[in-house]
Amino acid sequence: MDTAVSPAQAAVEAPDPMLPRPFKVRRTRRELSDTFTMELAPADGGVFPFLPGQFNMLYVFGVGEVPISICGDPGDPSTLVHTTRSVGKVTEAMALLHGAEDANKRRVRQALAERRAGDTVGVRGPFGSHWPVEAAYGEDVVFVAGGIGLAPLRPAIYRVLSERGKFGNVIVFYGARTPEDILFRKELQSWRSRFDVDVQVTVDRATGRWNGRVGVVTDLIKGGGFDRYHAAAFVCGPEIMMRYTVQTLQDRGLDSDRVYVSMERNMKCAVGFCGHCQFGPTFVCRDGPVYRFDRIEDIFTIWEL
Amino acid sequence: MVAIAGLERLLQEHPFFEGFGQPALDLLAGCAANERFEAGQVFQREGDPADKFYLIRHGTVAQEIRVPGRDPLVVETLGEGDILGWSWIVPPYRWTFDCRAIDLVRALSLDAKCLRGKCEEDHSLGYEFYQRVVPVIARRLWAVRMRLIDMYAPGPKAKL
Repeated sequence: MDTAVSPAQAAVEAPDPMLPRPFKVRRTRRELSDTFTMELAPADGGVFPFLPGQFNMLYVFGVGEVPISICGDPGDPSTLVHTTRSVGKVTEAMALLHGAEDANKRRVRQALAERRAGDTVGVRGPFGSHWPVEAAYGEDVVFVAGGIGLAPLRPAIYRVLSERGKFGNVIVFYGARTPEDILFRKELQSWRSRFDVDVQVTVDRATGRWNGRVGVVTDLIKGGGFDRYHAAAFVCGPEIMMRYTVQTLQDRGLDSDRVYVSMERNMKCAVGFCGHCQFGPTFVCRDGPVYRFDRIEDIFTIWEL
Repeated sequence: MVAIAGLERLLQEHPFFEGFGQPALDLLAGCAANERFEAGQVFQREGDPADKFYLIRHGTVAQEIRVPGRDPLVVETLGEGDILGWSWIVPPYRWTFDCRAIDLVRALSLDAKCLRGKCEEDHSLGYEFYQRVVPVIARRLWAVRMRLIDMYAPGPKAKL
C-alpha cells in the first residue's frame, strides 16, 4: 500500500506554524539572578517532540512573542523546558537604546518570568536546524559553551549521554562570567562525577573564594582531549566567544566541517517569511540556528550581517 | 629505591622547553630547582623581588591582586604545562601579583638572576628563550582583553 503523503496533503495536514499551541506552566525556578527556567506541558496533554538545538516562539498573550531555545531532554517529550533571561528596569532601559523591537522582546521575557504554575503560554515550534549528534557517532564530541549558551547545548549533551557508548571521548568546556553565573551548576557537577565525561569550567573573574579556573574558555580547549581527525565540536555562546572558540579549535586541527555553531538573530515569524533574521543568504530561523561552520565561514566575521 | 629525576629531564619534559636543544637545557639546569607548594600557600607576594621564574608541572596557581576591604581578586589561574612569571625579565624585577597554590603544586623554578646572566652571556639562548616567553605574554594579554569585553553580559540579540 502506498502510504506516501503528497506535499499538498502535508501542507493541509500540518499544523499552522503561525498558530500558538497552548501550554500550561508546570513550574518555574530561578537559575541565576537574571536567569530562570520554565517547564511547560501541552494543555491538551499531548507530547512535544523536538531535536536538540531547535527553538520555540513563546507567546505571552497580550504582551508578545520571543524566540527561545529548548533546553530540556529530547528523550522526554512530555515536558518542554526553556531557560532564559529575565530583565530588570535597568536592562530594560538599556534595551531601549537598542531599539523598540529589543525593548519589546525584553518586556515579553519579563512577562514570561512572571508566569506562575498553572498559567498558560502559547508555543509555536519547534523550529530550525539541530545539533547533528547522530553525525558524530563513533567520534569524540566536544561541547563548548559560554554563559547562557549552555542552555541550547544541553539537549545535545543529554542525547549524547543517553547514547554514551556510541561516542568516543565526550568533553564539555564551559565558560561563565563569574562563579555565581555558572548555569546548571548541579548538572555540571553531576556530569563531572561520571567517569566517562570530561567537564571543565572556567570563569572570567572571581575572588579568592573560587578554587576553580579563571581565564577564557579557549584556554580549556588548548588542553585537548580529543582526536582532531575524529571529533565534532558543538559551540554555543556569544558570537565573539564562538569566533575565538572556532579559531582555537581550528588551531587544534579541527576542520570547519566538523564544527557547528548556533547563531542568534532577531527571529520573528520563525518560518523564513519575514526576513527579520536574515544572515547573508540564509534565514537563521529556517536554515539555522545551528550551522555547520564551513557553510557560514565566509560571512561569519562580517559584522554588518 | 625511588629514582629522582634529573632536573634536565624535568625541564625537557615541560611543554615550554619542547624542542629546546639539550646543551641549552643542560646550561639552564644549573639555574633550576624543584619546588612544592601546599594548597593555600602564597609563595610570592606582590612587590617582592621577582627572583624566580616557574614552570608548573602539577596543580593550579591563582594569580591574585589584593584590594583592601575586599576578597582578593583572581586575575588568572595557571596549571600544568604553564609558565608563571615574567616580571624577572622586566625591570625593576618585582612581582605584580600574589601567587597562591590552589591545590598541591609541583613546579620547577629557575633563578632569575642566573637566567638573566645566561641569556646575557649567550644571546642565542636569550633569543630562544624570549621567543618562547613573548607568545605567552601576547596570549595572556589577549585573554585579558577578551575578559574585559565582558562577553557573557546580556546582549540585544537573544534567543536564549
